[in-house]
Amino acid sequence: MPARAIWKGKLNLGSTAIPVNLYSAVVDKIVHFHILEQRTKSRVKQHMINPENNEEVPNDQIQKGYQLEPGIFVLLDDADLKKLEPKPSRDIEVTRFLSPSQISSQWYDRPYYLGPDGDEKAYFAFVDALAAQEKQGIAKWVMRGREYIGALSAEDGYLTLVTLRHAGEVVSAEELPKPAGRALDKKELSMAKQLVELLEGEFDPAEFSDEYRERLVDFIEKKAKGKKPKLHAVQSKRPSPSLEKTLSRSIANLKKQKEKRAA
Amino acid sequence: MRPLWSGTITFGLASVPVDMYPANRSDRVALRMLSPDGVPLNRRYYSPETGRDLDDDKMIRGYEIEKGEYVIVTDEELEKLAPKKSRDIDMRRFVDEKTIPPLYFERAYFLTPGGGTEKAYRLLAKTMEDSGRAGIGTFVMRGKEYLVAITAENGILRAQTLRFADEVRSPGEIGLAKEKEPAKATVAKFKKLIASRSKKELSTKELQDTRAERILKLVKSKKSRGKDVVETDVEARHQGNVVDIMEVLKKSLAARR
Repeated sequence: MPARAIWKGKLNLGSTAIPVNLYSAVVDKIVHFHILEQRTKSRVKQHMINPENNEEVPNDQIQKGYQLEPGIFVLLDDADLKKLEPKPSRDIEVTRFLSPSQISSQWYDRPYYLGPDGDEKAYFAFVDALAAQEKQGIAKWVMRGREYIGALSAEDGYLTLVTLRHAGEVVSAEELPKPAGRALDKKELSMAKQLVELLEGEFDPAEFSDEYRERLVDFIEKKAKGKKPKLHAVQSKRPSPSLEKTLSRSIANLKKQKEKRAA
Repeated sequence: MRPLWSGTITFGLASVPVDMYPANRSDRVALRMLSPDGVPLNRRYYSPETGRDLDDDKMIRGYEIEKGEYVIVTDEELEKLAPKKSRDIDMRRFVDEKTIPPLYFERAYFLTPGGGTEKAYRLLAKTMEDSGRAGIGTFVMRGKEYLVAITAENGILRAQTLRFADEVRSPGEIGLAKEKEPAKATVAKFKKLIASRSKKELSTKELQDTRAERILKLVKSKKSRGKDVVETDVEARHQGNVVDIMEVLKKSLAARR
């Protein structure tokens, strides 16, 4: 079933504006549980209580506040927050283009697709150009009362737009102290490097599946039929004794496997 | 602060014990819900039948199979359902990080040396950093399995959770129009535009949280006017401690001998 666009806009590129539809790029596969009361096996409800007297505070009496310091709040009501919203707009502005190495994957937040909405010729011409130049665009737009900044990329012939986290939100490794110690063993380093090379390949997400989710869904289905599915305990592995020995054994194993496959 | 997860990274037959901490801090301006006299409120679960609040041990987890009908799943069952070796991140594949599409990235965590010797940790970090590769594997944390890409920067290992293939839509599933052969002249025009607007790096100015800045400005202006300021004698006792993630990370990276 084709997905519905969650937003419509215009991608502004110099003198051209490409009309686009924005779609969520994710599918919710999480197994969602409800919280039940043990005694009655029925759904519980939530309310807000005042911890001073354990009394419920009804929704229409709740106020919102920003804490200046413990015990001191500045109240902000819905009208205040509404006034702080940016001006609604349908424009996606591309502020600059960058080499992909300039955007750390740590910034990526929510992913979307941008699909063509009318002017397919311009859309696919831009996708081709972006892919050929091996660049990503930095895009700014306003959607549902919020400002967003995102990375615009060409992926498999279409545009993707992934929102970026705010600067204050990301801790970079450069801000942290580098773990120090004695110089590393050259032989071990070269073996570790060899091991990485032996395991090198293409990124293929289809190689991995959410085994846990599959088992959970299967377990729930069996239990729903009144069966009592078997469970086993988790095993944990202890660190191996000698690094050098382990590395050389791993390399030997992998080489053997590769030879077998080649034979 | 305790690590979110502790386990081992396995790499061939070698294993490196690690502790996992978040690499993001929440910088969003969080607004609290308050009572009419300014007391910060707590969210509680209650029984719709009796109207009484429920303690944690009086609640269970149920999966709805039909309206109002649930399959109960206990904590113990969830734990036992975890695949074997879930305490390990087995790096089965090493890939060029830049070939992982941006759509796949979910959240970032730092992995710090966990227990025992740091030698294996430093060896792995150095190897990964020099190779510029990301190790791909899976692991289980708090009742969910995650696909991760492990990379190293500044001698520190970072794990980024990735979406599983079936959690990412394809353009075909969305029903996006098929590619039309674009006019060469239009492609050339866009190429020129991209080249002329290319810059060396990102401006972190663009990554400022402008909404938070506007909220803080309004808060300051209200405060200076003495407008809408509420004070209660309820002190910090009902509020959780704010964790400084930088301090936690620095401590857990500090050399151990």
